[in-house]
Amino acid sequence: MLLISFLTALYGLFWLFWILGTLFINGFKYLTFDLFLQDPNPPGIEGGGLRHAFVGHFIITSLATLIGIPIGVCAGIYYAEYGRNSKFFMSLKNITDIMVSTPSIIMGSVMYALMVVPFKQFNALSGIFALALLMIPVISITTYEMLNLVPHTLREAAYALGAYKWQIIKDVTMKASKVGILTGILLGVARISGETAPLLFTAFNNAYLSFDLFKPMATLTVTIFNYIMGPYDYWHKQAWAAALFLTFLVLVLSLLAKALLYFGTLNPLKWKIKK
Amino acid sequence: MEKINYYLEVIIKNFLGFWALFSGFFFPFIVFLILFYESRLAIKNFGVIKFITTSTWDPVSQNFGGLTMITGTLISTFLAILIAAPVAIGIAIFITELAPNVLKGVISSAIELLAAIPSIIYGMWGFLVLSKFMRSYIEPFLQKIFSSIPWLGKLFSGSPTGIDVLTTSLVLSIMIIPFMASVVKDSFNLVPSVMKESAYSLGATKWEVIKDVVIPYTASGIAGGLILSTGRALGETMAVTFLAGNVVQIPTSLFSPFTTITVALANQFTEADTPLYLSSLFYLSFLLFILSFIILSLAKLMVLRLQKRWK
Repeated sequence: MLLISFLTALYGLFWLFWILGTLFINGFKYLTFDLFLQDPNPPGIEGGGLRHAFVGHFIITSLATLIGIPIGVCAGIYYAEYGRNSKFFMSLKNITDIMVSTPSIIMGSVMYALMVVPFKQFNALSGIFALALLMIPVISITTYEMLNLVPHTLREAAYALGAYKWQIIKDVTMKASKVGILTGILLGVARISGETAPLLFTAFNNAYLSFDLFKPMATLTVTIFNYIMGPYDYWHKQAWAAALFLTFLVLVLSLLAKALLYFGTLNPLKWKIKK
Repeated sequence: MEKINYYLEVIIKNFLGFWALFSGFFFPFIVFLILFYESRLAIKNFGVIKFITTSTWDPVSQNFGGLTMITGTLISTFLAILIAAPVAIGIAIFITELAPNVLKGVISSAIELLAAIPSIIYGMWGFLVLSKFMRSYIEPFLQKIFSSIPWLGKLFSGSPTGIDVLTTSLVLSIMIIPFMASVVKDSFNLVPSVMKESAYSLGATKWEVIKDVVIPYTASGIAGGLILSTGRALGETMAVTFLAGNVVQIPTSLFSPFTTITVALANQFTEADTPLYLSSLFYLSFLLFILSFIILSLAKLMVLRLQKRWK
């Protein structure tokens, strides 16, 4: 029986290596400078690159991050510092936790109703909001959990000195859990940078380089989807290369988040160990 | 100065509180309202019971029923859980009870990496690599074994294409293993070591301790993990879109192509040309939202109960 449990671990690793292996073998060959620097050729003509998708992906994820971080962090701080003893806010926290796992395509359809139908056109802004909404629960829950790890005695010491709550948040708890909150932010960015479903009918796709937030904008994920479903062989090759880049980016972000948590100098987990 | 600090306190508290209210209350509520409002036309035309029991999905005659998609979602989710559950529990046992300390971190991080891979990567890998492998090796092999058995044989009938229920569920199961394993692992870690040590002192073997102490005491955590991953699998879109084949039919065997709620949404949202068509799609996403919300709340409750018991 114990052997079986060892085999299940191997089974999990087997898929991981198979997926990453094929991705690397197929993608690395086609990872060229042209891919990053050229716009795509008209369909059917070989060559070109995916500059438009890289740029669009960067714009959409970074703007979504800029909206998502402050809202998520604010909500997380409130849950941890003010709502700790309130049943109402603790149940709101649990609802937020549930929203972390809500199907991402739902955000797409909500933003379609809210922003695509009124504008009568697919637009990048609706994609940005869809991703930001996906990110808020992830960040607020990690922020809450990280602040929760800060020992209560630290807060009490600050109270004893006559500090206001906002001063404690600014000077004590946020300082102690800086690294933890950064981890949450990285996880949130990793989560949204691989998302496709909410962008399919919000930001849609665009064959050209575009900076206009009120027009459709290409992203890496939607481009990969269209290229894989498309008929041309060189599309598949470019999609493999883009997929390798995307996976590498997401894996590095999540590994970085983990590493920060373990090696961070101001790691709240260490408080716990010291006690 | 004292006054300024006091006002700042009030302002900051309310500002933070507003966003807490937003992310815990307004956000889910607005999602609910918008989906409900947009699907009003379909609800008025088809009702609730009729919509979820009708299997016609006909954009030409404007007649829509969600049964095909709902069954597809439920079948693929159920099979994925069936494949993933034993594996995830095995992995959790290996990491918490068996692995030497050096391996512990490495293996649990590697399994967590599986969760970090974007779902579109699973989709394209499944579509371009796994489905071909399934079509030429695994599925004919399964068919050879099971086709002679009278009842089971039906499940494995039809020509193996690789784009079907079996491949979809397999890929879904790989995607949810890390979630399930991490919830189960966390609840295993909650078992007080005194309990385990007392069983060891009575002469129990490692396997007996796991079987008779750890698993019974974490049953609600395991169930919570299973339900949480059900919620995840329900809403999975991209991987399923690549692998389901998008044929509007209720699958009769493991080798038939099918469709799910998420596949229908991903493929048809941009095509919906009439208000009723669009409204029916919103109705589907409304149902998906309600379903996953209920299932995830159940999972949350079970895990919370376990944590309370051990605190």
